[in-house]
Amino acid sequence: MKTGSSPKEKAIQFLFKYGAIALLAIIIFYFSTVSDAFLTYGNFSDIMRSISIVTLLALGVTFTLVVDGFDLSVGSTMSLSTVVTASLMVWYDMPLWLVLLLPLLIGVLAGAVNSFLIVVLGIPDLLATLSMMYIVAGLHRTYTEGYSIYNNMPLTSGGTAPGQLSEAFLWIGQGQMLGLPVPVWIMVILVLVSYLILNHTRWGRVLYMTGGNAEAATLSGVNVKKVKFTAYVVSGIFASMAGILFTARVGSGQIDAGAPLMMEAVAAVFVGYSVLGAGKPNALGTFFGAAVIGILLNGLTILNLPYYAFDIIKGGVLVAALAVTYVYAKKKFSKS
Amino acid sequence: MEHPLLEMTAIRKSFGNVTALEQAQFSLEKGEVHALLGVNGAGKSTLMKILSGVYSQDEGDIKLNGSPLQLRSPKEAKEQGIYTVYQEVDTAIVAELSVAENILLDTFAGGSSFFISQKKLYDDARRVLKELQSDNIAVGQKAADLTLAEKQLVLIARALVHSAKIIIFDEPTAPLSLHESAKLFSVIEGLKAQGVGCIFISHRLPEVFEIGDRITVMAEGKWVQTFDAKAASQEEVVESMLGAKLSNELVHRDHEIGAPQLIVEGLSDEGKLKHLSFGAAAGEIVGVVGLVGAGKTELAKALFGESKLTSGTITLGGRALKLKHPSDAIKAGIALVPEERRKEGLFVQESLSANASFPNLRRFSPKFFMDKRAERAFAKDIIGRLQIKTDNTETPLIHLSGGNQQKVAIGKWMSLDSKLYLFDEPTKGVDIGAKVDIFKLIRQLASSGKSCVYFSSEIHEAIGISDRILVMYNGQIVKEFSRQEATQERILLYASGGKEERSENRQQPERKSHTVSV
Repeated sequence: MKTGSSPKEKAIQFLFKYGAIALLAIIIFYFSTVSDAFLTYGNFSDIMRSISIVTLLALGVTFTLVVDGFDLSVGSTMSLSTVVTASLMVWYDMPLWLVLLLPLLIGVLAGAVNSFLIVVLGIPDLLATLSMMYIVAGLHRTYTEGYSIYNNMPLTSGGTAPGQLSEAFLWIGQGQMLGLPVPVWIMVILVLVSYLILNHTRWGRVLYMTGGNAEAATLSGVNVKKVKFTAYVVSGIFASMAGILFTARVGSGQIDAGAPLMMEAVAAVFVGYSVLGAGKPNALGTFFGAAVIGILLNGLTILNLPYYAFDIIKGGVLVAALAVTYVYAKKKFSKS
Repeated sequence: MEHPLLEMTAIRKSFGNVTALEQAQFSLEKGEVHALLGVNGAGKSTLMKILSGVYSQDEGDIKLNGSPLQLRSPKEAKEQGIYTVYQEVDTAIVAELSVAENILLDTFAGGSSFFISQKKLYDDARRVLKELQSDNIAVGQKAADLTLAEKQLVLIARALVHSAKIIIFDEPTAPLSLHESAKLFSVIEGLKAQGVGCIFISHRLPEVFEIGDRITVMAEGKWVQTFDAKAASQEEVVESMLGAKLSNELVHRDHEIGAPQLIVEGLSDEGKLKHLSFGAAAGEIVGVVGLVGAGKTELAKALFGESKLTSGTITLGGRALKLKHPSDAIKAGIALVPEERRKEGLFVQESLSANASFPNLRRFSPKFFMDKRAERAFAKDIIGRLQIKTDNTETPLIHLSGGNQQKVAIGKWMSLDSKLYLFDEPTKGVDIGAKVDIFKLIRQLASSGKSCVYFSSEIHEAIGISDRILVMYNGQIVKEFSRQEATQERILLYASGGKEERSENRQQPERKSHTVSV
């Protein structure tokens, strides 16, 4: 394969390995020539903060895609976690550790239900998590009766809510540390941890191999059901962390916070396939995909492009990334 | 001077870097049955696909009645009177159409007239079937309702409609019963009498000698030898097919057999297996032989914790095992090389080193993080020990040949010190060279005191490698042979549900019982 490849094949190989990075360089170069505000520290720290929540969601999706599953319910889980986080403080005035712990348990539960549907009942992952997407979205609206949750809000039972979002909590979403926003630190740490686990540990190897060939993994002694279960639970936890971060960032419990972010997260993961020729879901690629989309949207905003046209650009980037990945895969695996 | 009906000379064909045919040649006379033999991957089907216009050769000539010919598509081959009766008849039969429509498919599918007269259709079909002494097939019935043998006849009839000059039979007898095969042979005799040249591909030697006039052997894409069927012996043909190297490797070597290691008693599962009891000693290679569907794979998987047992016990090295999942079996010291290696044994998109380390990841990640250097070193070690042909431990397995993939599927167990190795059809789709290496490896394992159970439907290979042979039929072990007692004939008799007392009383030679399958 490596011997005697034609210029065309070489070009495809090059695109596959460095295409995404080259694209990013071109985008950055272009925007920096048209706007002085673009290539500044402040703007880049803004971009990183804006993609932190999507990246957390996308990391969860990455884990499910690694085991050859798919999680469409992450957006809804994030929405539920957002309103629960806010309500625990505003409605019930709970201590911070409980406020952070309970939403994570909700994420675990959502992941566990997903895996029950997929692993035990055998519903295809796309359909199972689609159903869960609706159920969880409905749950979070029912829970808040359709209202967003904010400090001192009037309650339907009369009076005002007893609690507030605490300063310490808001620091998670709005604070700064060592010159970078706290959400960026959280994102960077989680990306690195995910990368280390997926690419350099025993667990990561088991996850990838299970996704590659579940039957062969079973016959090599892997308990495939447990592995898939874990992946969906991890996905649920990431979604609920994204929800907590969102509440802290915005300072209130918005309803339907996660729904629009879900497809963006999925897009980030797939753009990530094409980074450095991975050809499969990977943590660094996912971060990279989220960054490409974030930087592009930021630049377009600076250019004053109409907001409603942004989805066209997002879709275009996704198509380009997928095209490079799959054209290469077809070439690589067409023989034998 | 008369030209032969067909002459193919110096045919070369390669796919990418792989040379499928090199200096292949073949000829056929009018009214002759010329058998084409060779192991899997010898190039028989590629050669026949060139003749039937599916592929075109890179080099070499095809001459029909002395005039050169270039076949660019299956349609052109048919126009020249070259037809193929494939083993998978269902791919060529339109199940929803009637027998008559199937026989005359090409005439009306490509014909010019818009309307089709059913009466003419039926009459024509009946006439052709009569030529084949098969007018018992009702031309009006749906092709889906026919037996396999009848479908084959329909395909032969289809060829005759166009006054075929050459008919290629690609393993036509594989799915047929004895009686049906006999019928097919009389049809082929009839075709001969009409001057049709028949090319006959089969793995069953006796029938090749029965029906063939000449026998050509191919190996590794080359012509090896052409025999006169009347003058040649089966042994000569086998030797030319396998080469001395393999025949030699198949000869049994004595080695020491130790204490009992595996003891299975009264094993039954929810499906196929019925009350199986057997054992294997340390250093012993036990062959489990049976036809397709006898339950070999089910037994292998049951011993590996893949299926639910309803009764029975498995003891390994004196310890009773409770196998709920393959991971239990691996812990107990059992390794399985599964039949469908690409589906069950390997991660073909992953590298050799990732595959090799997988069953024993802990060894390669003592502190949780993967030690990629140790992985690579182990992969190199396996490449050397099993003589895997690859230059790189990081190449995805998909780029390796079937034989080399199989070696990885075996090699991946080498990082564990297993007591019992289960090999399910390990030579399936593997070329001769790799086969020899695999046999050597199994012998090495046995001589280092491991127990090996070798599941196979290739009887002669099982006889060559095993110390003892168990014959399976219909989910049961029906007979045990020591290596000295085992012969192909006896094993096959039991494997197909027969018993010796009965067959010895019958004087008629049983064709099937002499089958050598290679």
